[in-house]
Amino acid sequence: MSIWEYANPKKFMQTSGALLPWAVGLSVLMLTVGLVWGFFFTPDDYKQGSTVKIIYIHVPAALMAINAWGMMLVTSLIWLIRRHHVSVLAAKAAAPIGMTMTLVALFTGAIWGQPMWGAWWAWDPRLTSFLILFLFYLGYLALWSAIENPDAAADLTSVLCIVGSVFAFLSRYAVLFWNQGLHQGASLSMDRAEHVADVFAYPLWVSIAGFVLLFVTLVLIGTRTEIRARRMQALLAREKLD
Amino acid sequence: MPDLGKYALTVLSAYGVTLALVLALVAYVLIRAGRVKRALAEVEERATRHG
Amino acid sequence: MMALLLRDLRLATRAGGGFGLSLTFFLILVTLVPFGVGPEGGRLASIAPGILWVGALLASLLSLDRLFALDHEDGTLEQLATAPLPLEAVVAMKAIAHWLTTGLPLALIAPLLGVLLNLPVAAMPWLALSLAAGTPALSMIGAFGAGLTVGLKRGGLLLSLLVLPLYVPTLIFGAEVARRGAEGAATGTPMAFLGAITLGTLALLPYATAAAIRVNLR
Repeated sequence: MSIWEYANPKKFMQTSGALLPWAVGLSVLMLTVGLVWGFFFTPDDYKQGSTVKIIYIHVPAALMAINAWGMMLVTSLIWLIRRHHVSVLAAKAAAPIGMTMTLVALFTGAIWGQPMWGAWWAWDPRLTSFLILFLFYLGYLALWSAIENPDAAADLTSVLCIVGSVFAFLSRYAVLFWNQGLHQGASLSMDRAEHVADVFAYPLWVSIAGFVLLFVTLVLIGTRTEIRARRMQALLAREKLD
Repeated sequence: MPDLGKYALTVLSAYGVTLALVLALVAYVLIRAGRVKRALAEVEERATRHG
Repeated sequence: MMALLLRDLRLATRAGGGFGLSLTFFLILVTLVPFGVGPEGGRLASIAPGILWVGALLASLLSLDRLFALDHEDGTLEQLATAPLPLEAVVAMKAIAHWLTTGLPLALIAPLLGVLLNLPVAAMPWLALSLAAGTPALSMIGAFGAGLTVGLKRGGLLLSLLVLPLYVPTLIFGAEVARRGAEGAATGTPMAFLGAITLGTLALLPYATAAAIRVNLR
């Protein structure tokens, strides 16, 4: 049993259809438990007060924003090398989700920083990198909509994703250099899950799991939609020829 | 509601924005899924009728 | 290869080729800035390196959407793709031609325009140097964007959206060189990064661009 079996659209639809109810249930469960636990049953931080509660939405969203792009990179490579449509359609489905996660990370990051910085936005290296990532997502989606031929769109957006990944990596370090010099620490120190005390870490891990499952659920639904849309385009093209 | 103290507006607006964005995303994914599913069914029905 | 380069240079410098357009745009932009931020000399001086870099960057964008479009419209691009010369080399030559007619003139004229913005004299050679080192990357990255959008009718705006985020690292290091030059500080580190990015893009992006053009020619 190899993962490449799911490259077959029919097999993917069958399997994802069976998995979907579980994915939905688990993501709702983990999200609820994580966020309720974090919001209602954790203490305040002595430095940051109750704003520490923002960690349960900011950190998972930020992680998903980056991991969604990572997933798009891998699936785009698989498309370019092995030409499995399911792979590139999964990348296309993941993009709006990653983009929304980036927006959540930006908004919650800015709101969280406001009491500390005294302004609604600061060109903090992390937030700046997420702003650039948001622009990359926008470009990727814009290119998909601009190209009419679906296979050409798949190829071009995959190339863009790969080139974009290299530049996203470059930008991360360029932005660090630009704001703080190359080797200083993160500004929102609560960002690193490892440095967080246990009482905050446990609900944080549950929330992260919830966001991951939410991403998986939405990508499954989205990919199924894209597979259906592609089938519809093929049928409509055949109709025109008759 | 826990006592959020002076940061109540901050925390609540962060959670509020997140909820709004995530709900909008879920709505977009689900509505598009339904629309495409229905449209495909229509096209497939036409295809089987015309053979 | 040389023949191709010379041909593109000739095309760019003749009337309607867009050669003067970028320089004029750069001038107009630099003229507009004081109207936007006020004429106070100190403030202009402090933002001058950055404004000049952003201005050169935007001016360099102007002629990009036509980089492959003209050849695509009359079928030359298809011939170039199937010619014995590798498409990657064709792409690199086009990017270099673009740089010679856009980036390099912008780099040379920037210190002069810097006078309008109270740019410190010490910064002028560093500004020109950083632009000369960074604009080849802008041309090559722009060529990549042009390759992605070559088939599209209104591709120019999409090209800007795709390409501007990719410009960020070059802009950061280039402007930093100019700023440090103005203060008399050491410019070695950002200059090294700037050069590395330029060399890296020139070496690797022709492959991605050629791939994109082949997709668009299908």
